[in-house]
Amino acid sequence: MRSRIFVMLALVVSMLALSACGGGGGTIKIAILAPLSGDVATFGQSTRDGVLLAIEEWNAKGGIDGKKIEYVVEDSQCNAEAAVSAANKVIDQDGVKFIIGEVCSSASIPVSEIATAKQVFQISPTSTNPAVTVGESGTKPTIFRACFIDPFQGKVGAKFALEKLGAKTAAVFLDQGNDYVRGLAEVFISEFEAGGGKVVVKETYTGDDSDFSAILTKVKDANPDVLYLPDYYSTVNLIAAQAKEKGITAVMLGGDGWDSADLDRTAVDGGYFTNHFSDQDTRPIVQDFVKKYSAKYGAAPDALAALAYDAANILFQGIDKAGKADPVAVAKTLETGTFEVVSGNVSYDANHNPVKAAVVLQVKGGAVNYIDTVAP
Amino acid sequence: MGYLPRLLLFQEVKMAQTFTRPTQLKGMTQRRNGMLLNRFSQGVFVLLGLLVVYVLGRAFSQNPKVFVEQVLNGLQLGFIYALIALGYTMVYGIVKLINFAHGDVFMFGAFTSFYAVATLQLHRWPAWLFPDMGEGAVMLIGTVTVILMSMLFSATLAVVIERFAYKPLRSKPRIAALITAIGVSFFVEYFGALPFAFTNNYITYPRPFEVRVYSGGMISPTLIVGAWLLFVIALLLLGWLTWAARHGNVQAQTWKRHPLLQFGLLFFGFMAVVLTLTGVRIMTGGRVWDLSVSNVMLVIMGASILLQVLLQYVVSHTRIGKAMRAAAYDKAVARLMGINVDGVITATFALGGGLAGAAGVLYATAFKQVHHLMGIIPGLKAFVAAVVGGIGSIPGAFVGSLIMGQTEVLAAGFISTPMRDAVAFSLLIVVLLVWPQGLFGEPPAEKV
Repeated sequence: MRSRIFVMLALVVSMLALSACGGGGGTIKIAILAPLSGDVATFGQSTRDGVLLAIEEWNAKGGIDGKKIEYVVEDSQCNAEAAVSAANKVIDQDGVKFIIGEVCSSASIPVSEIATAKQVFQISPTSTNPAVTVGESGTKPTIFRACFIDPFQGKVGAKFALEKLGAKTAAVFLDQGNDYVRGLAEVFISEFEAGGGKVVVKETYTGDDSDFSAILTKVKDANPDVLYLPDYYSTVNLIAAQAKEKGITAVMLGGDGWDSADLDRTAVDGGYFTNHFSDQDTRPIVQDFVKKYSAKYGAAPDALAALAYDAANILFQGIDKAGKADPVAVAKTLETGTFEVVSGNVSYDANHNPVKAAVVLQVKGGAVNYIDTVAP
Repeated sequence: MGYLPRLLLFQEVKMAQTFTRPTQLKGMTQRRNGMLLNRFSQGVFVLLGLLVVYVLGRAFSQNPKVFVEQVLNGLQLGFIYALIALGYTMVYGIVKLINFAHGDVFMFGAFTSFYAVATLQLHRWPAWLFPDMGEGAVMLIGTVTVILMSMLFSATLAVVIERFAYKPLRSKPRIAALITAIGVSFFVEYFGALPFAFTNNYITYPRPFEVRVYSGGMISPTLIVGAWLLFVIALLLLGWLTWAARHGNVQAQTWKRHPLLQFGLLFFGFMAVVLTLTGVRIMTGGRVWDLSVSNVMLVIMGASILLQVLLQYVVSHTRIGKAMRAAAYDKAVARLMGINVDGVITATFALGGGLAGAAGVLYATAFKQVHHLMGIIPGLKAFVAAVVGGIGSIPGAFVGSLIMGQTEVLAAGFISTPMRDAVAFSLLIVVLLVWPQGLFGEPPAEKV
């Protein structure tokens, strides 16, 4: 009898405690959606680490307006289905109002549909496809990104090839099933041709291919000045190694998909890629971030970590400026403010894309060196 | 990934199994010959064939250099498929099971060699023991060691899979084992993705030997002439033995099938052609004929021919081979004759697994990357190659793979790159429709 009363008491107390948690507003809950397994697992891990560093810093300062930041991490696997179920889970079960993620455009786009419908704030650190923030009925009100978009990278790549490398001809490879790759490649082609260059080979492949000898033979025959490979490191490694062995001397060019510790640096030696940030940048905010990140994780941050850190900081500064953890109010402050973060001074245009500069890096002798900054 | 194509293939396999049953086959061909539809489809195939010949012919006349280079690309791919297809065809010949986990044993072999090279530096072991040894010898012995080790580990995995997944189902309908094979395949793939097993990331593969690319001028004419000479000698020897055999020399008949002769014939034949194509510099329409061949290609070619010939030898000349053929013919009767059928099946899986392991090492060396799903697509294509050549036949797997490699590369090169896999897999459908038993489909008595 007595034990039953104890159980009931315990239940009542725990229910009170729970309700205090949910309604009291002592914390701000955010969700990190990132691919922690699969092809681009390193992207997801860097992203998570970058966000966690920002959370740790803000919580050490006492949180936002005295409210501590809590987080949930979900493995959204860089694919639409997994990302949708992860988004539904964090919104409906965990009651999250702010999402940082996903990494891949193909996963961020479906998440943004859900977030828009449920009036949840989403900031993707690295999804570069235009459709993440802009839907059929215009800009999605609560969706932002921390990185520049595909057309900008393709444009910078083409500009760099034409002006700095003096290229006249180019070969472009693209994975037809990948929005990111297609986005960069198509803009590169149109900008390169608009600038007076000529695309002599344009070949498509599928993500499952590992033998590229047939299309590389065509490149070798056409002998272009640059070979544009705007894919992720896993595919670039395969193509670049085979290209070197075929005796192709064209300078390889790529996008931020190259930015990984697993990039085969001997295979792409001498190649350039456009990126969001370089740890060789001397601005104090960058050096401070690099120092803290290296101290915490024992490795230098890549661009994904930097952008994730930026995304988190933009979000937290936004909440701070808005004065309340309300997705619509936070979105309003982002639209009007300027945020100084690691990847530059970010302000937002009407499509919720950041306006900031890109860097061009070169892979040379096993190292990645900062070459140039290209402003929009 | 891999799920849908496998289900489709599953239908194909069922078709293949029905068609390859010789008793039904006869009736079926007769019936089909009478059908108007068959005439029509034959017409369509002939037209398609002519179209392909036209497209390729035009490509050749426009730029012979690129065409020949594509053929060489296809040859390398074909030799790799051959190594995988040999394992498929062996196992099918004995157990009548399409071992879908074969592609994953291949992946396992690639990963074994990755750890042997990257973590243990096993490919350098001769240099530890004999520091004075020449670099070339170290490379050769080290590479062979790595390949043998991968073969051993893969063979072990194949035997374990057989013991735990297929053996308990041996008396059950064949379909049960086939579905289990798909399950085992997924298990191995995703077990490999776990952080404590392999990894789910793409890993750059450190090659056990350095890649050298030999372009036109670097190949000495002596080498080319030598290869041709050895090929011609092997050819003359074969001719003489055939002549002797026809005139009643019984021994000549056995000598004709000697593995050394067969290896010499195939290896030097291909070697001579490849070296001639790359070594000779000709001016064609103002373009320099600067084709190149890498040592990886030559190693793959040599290994694939060697293993093919060895396998053929084991099956046709050794005691275990005889037992295999007996078990393939009729398991129950073979058992009554005192053959340890379970042992034979285990040996078959070990052999097939070993071949897959070797293929894994060579594939990773060629493309310089390993990951846990790398076995799916090559496995499927090698399977198609085995069916094209006639599943169950060893020379069939070899020839089918070469055809597969050419189809894929020429389709990518001259028809349409996005269509390459579509074209490659339609080969399966065409072969099943036109020639259900495959090019080298043999009566069951000789199937292994």
